[in-house]
Amino acid sequence: MDRNQSHRQLAAMKQSLFDQGYLDEQFIQLEELQDDANPHFAEEIVTLYFRDSSRFISNLDQAMERNPLDFGKLDSIMHQFKGSSSSIGAQKVKAECTLFREYCAAENAEGCMRSFQQLKKEYAVLRKKLETYFQLAK
Amino acid sequence: MTVETRADEPRGQFPVGMRVLAVDDDPTCLLVLETLLRRCQYHVTTTNQAITALKMLRENKNKFDLVISDVHMPDMDGFKLLELVGLEMDLPVIMLSANGDTKLVMKGISHGACDYLLKPVRIEELKNIWQHVIRRKKFDPKEKNSTCNQDKPQSGTTNNGLSSAGAGSTDLNAKLNKKRKDQDDEDDDEQEHGHDNDDPSTQKKPRVVWSVELHRKFVAAVNQLGIDKAVPKKILDLMNVEKLSRENVASHLQKYRLYLKRISCVANQQANMVAALGSADASYLRVGSLGGMKHLQPLGASGQFQNNVYRSLPYSGMIGRLNTPAGLGVHGLPSSGILQLGHAQNLNNSSGNSMNDPLKFRSSIAHVNQNQNGGSLQGMPVSVGLDHLQPNKAVSSVQGPTTGFDDKTMSLISNKLSDPRAGVGSSCSRPPLMGIASNGLLLEPNSQGSQGGRGYENLTSVASQHSEFSLPLMDNHNGRCNDNWPSAVQSSGMPTNSYPTRDCLHGGNPSGASSITSLSTQSHDSLADMQSHGPIFTNNNTTPNLAYQGWDDHSLDSLIPVNGGLGASGLHRNLDYSFGNPLEMKHEGFIKSAQDPSLKSNQGYIMDPHKAQRSRISSNNLGSLEDLVSAMMKQEQDFICDDFTGGTSM
Repeated sequence: MDRNQSHRQLAAMKQSLFDQGYLDEQFIQLEELQDDANPHFAEEIVTLYFRDSSRFISNLDQAMERNPLDFGKLDSIMHQFKGSSSSIGAQKVKAECTLFREYCAAENAEGCMRSFQQLKKEYAVLRKKLETYFQLAK
Repeated sequence: MTVETRADEPRGQFPVGMRVLAVDDDPTCLLVLETLLRRCQYHVTTTNQAITALKMLRENKNKFDLVISDVHMPDMDGFKLLELVGLEMDLPVIMLSANGDTKLVMKGISHGACDYLLKPVRIEELKNIWQHVIRRKKFDPKEKNSTCNQDKPQSGTTNNGLSSAGAGSTDLNAKLNKKRKDQDDEDDDEQEHGHDNDDPSTQKKPRVVWSVELHRKFVAAVNQLGIDKAVPKKILDLMNVEKLSRENVASHLQKYRLYLKRISCVANQQANMVAALGSADASYLRVGSLGGMKHLQPLGASGQFQNNVYRSLPYSGMIGRLNTPAGLGVHGLPSSGILQLGHAQNLNNSSGNSMNDPLKFRSSIAHVNQNQNGGSLQGMPVSVGLDHLQPNKAVSSVQGPTTGFDDKTMSLISNKLSDPRAGVGSSCSRPPLMGIASNGLLLEPNSQGSQGGRGYENLTSVASQHSEFSLPLMDNHNGRCNDNWPSAVQSSGMPTNSYPTRDCLHGGNPSGASSITSLSTQSHDSLADMQSHGPIFTNNNTTPNLAYQGWDDHSLDSLIPVNGGLGASGLHRNLDYSFGNPLEMKHEGFIKSAQDPSLKSNQGYIMDPHKAQRSRISSNNLGSLEDLVSAMMKQEQDFICDDFTGGTSM
């Protein structure tokens, strides 16, 4: 029962993550890659992602403090961050990255700032949600 | 997943077990990619550093069937890696990026990528990537043309699948030929699909080794027909080589064209460098006559050089990549580079022997000229002035103990060089460039061995830039060329002639072989290397294909008074570069590049011998030449190094 319950909860949660646009089909692919040999693949990848991308965040933090902003560099970091995020299916984060890069291209410091703040928020939210999700999945 | 470590035995199950090397600095992406690939039942090796990847590939070319690489990497630009791999190992490379910008995709394709995937990568896409391996194999000429049949690991291993595929599809081949450049895998894939897994490698398509000699012929044919009108069938007829199929020629032509294109791009950039180098190493530049050197393969003769090397060289401007700056053949160039292709005929014979060593390359180059008719350096910028290579002896570097790359370059160079200079390799004593105009191949394979090898690399890069061919020359020489080459080459922009980015070729078409010859003779002694090289550039501007002209400006002129009188006047100095026809040749560009003082350092060999000469040459600009050369060298080095460090890819 508990199992069923948690399964259902899990499914529901997953569904909501998709519905709300936090995740996209890439995440499904990750889960499909799970098998007996690799039962927790999705979780591993997600963990790796959050660990690795924290350096993007800190790099961006640093870069954003410069004045004037080095848009080229920001764009470059963000490009990588975006690639990484898309690999796990972090849809909202990815969208925010794209927006940020647009601001960079336009050399809009203000826009970059805002976008970055938003990005960090999305990132944090996703992290929490996925943590919960994987907890449930255990 | 079935993992087959060694592809020695025919894999009846291809694409299962296909060995993929995945490179991506982002660990998340890399892990996802790896898992997806494993899911497709490939054998996967991963690394997050491009440099490591290169090392692994160089260790053993046969270890992998396919490479997938991210574009954006911190230690090396993905495009650069792409070029290098294509040049050195001739493996299919797939680019990966989160950025699907058309321009980037275009860049990837023009650098030789088989495909360009967007992140996030989906498994469906990965399931089809094996077709690139098949396709490439199919393109390999069925027969090996004289020269060595390099072991094609890929062919061997995947032959099974391929052979069946290959066998079944002659028209597939044709199609492939046609589509090679395009990215369309799908079609081919379809057809091959059926054939795979059937025969256990019934036919191993021997890869045609594009020896220097062969390449020369090829270039000559192409030049004769005119780069625009050159069609495989006609080229094949003109070349009149047995066992060479139309497909072989077609694919070689394709690569050559790509190479030319790249050279012209590079040449522009490097124009300065070349100019700098050009002066010094005009000879190198000469090599630029890449025209067609695309496949410097001819080096095959050297045996050492893997054909791949040659192949890759042409295209990729890898020459630039050839980090081995001096060694690359550029060194060789001055001496050998100048191959005086004009002489090629004679040289060829002699060089033929030497070719075995890096020089061979030169002879090839010389040969190239020969085609042209000796004087006509045209086909091969081979300015390899192999003759001058004296110091090169190392020229053999082409043979390159150097990394695989070297070999390639070397071969390229040798090929180029070998021609006119055929003898050049061995010691510059070669007859003056005989008008080596032969396209810069001068790459003097001599790169003293490792140097040379390296040199080639540089050369290659250079060459690729310029004339693809020309590069090889560079290596040998003391590796100096290498660096210079690319620059030199680039500057000239002359695809064909440009070789010599490094100094060697400066030869830039000394108004035609004649000048070179004169130069060569004179310089021969003094310059020993350079001289011959100089004129060798053969780039004889005459050849339309020669892109040398591209070099132009760079001022080989400035460097080398060579014009017309090549060298005779100032050049004799040894400035082979003088030949560099900067005068004519746009090589100047090279020479200009040579300007770099660093060049002097030797990047190129060209510089060295020339240095002395340069001073002599000062008549015109000697000083400048040296500077050029050194500049070129330096640039090249930088260039080369840069590549690795993610600098400009080309």
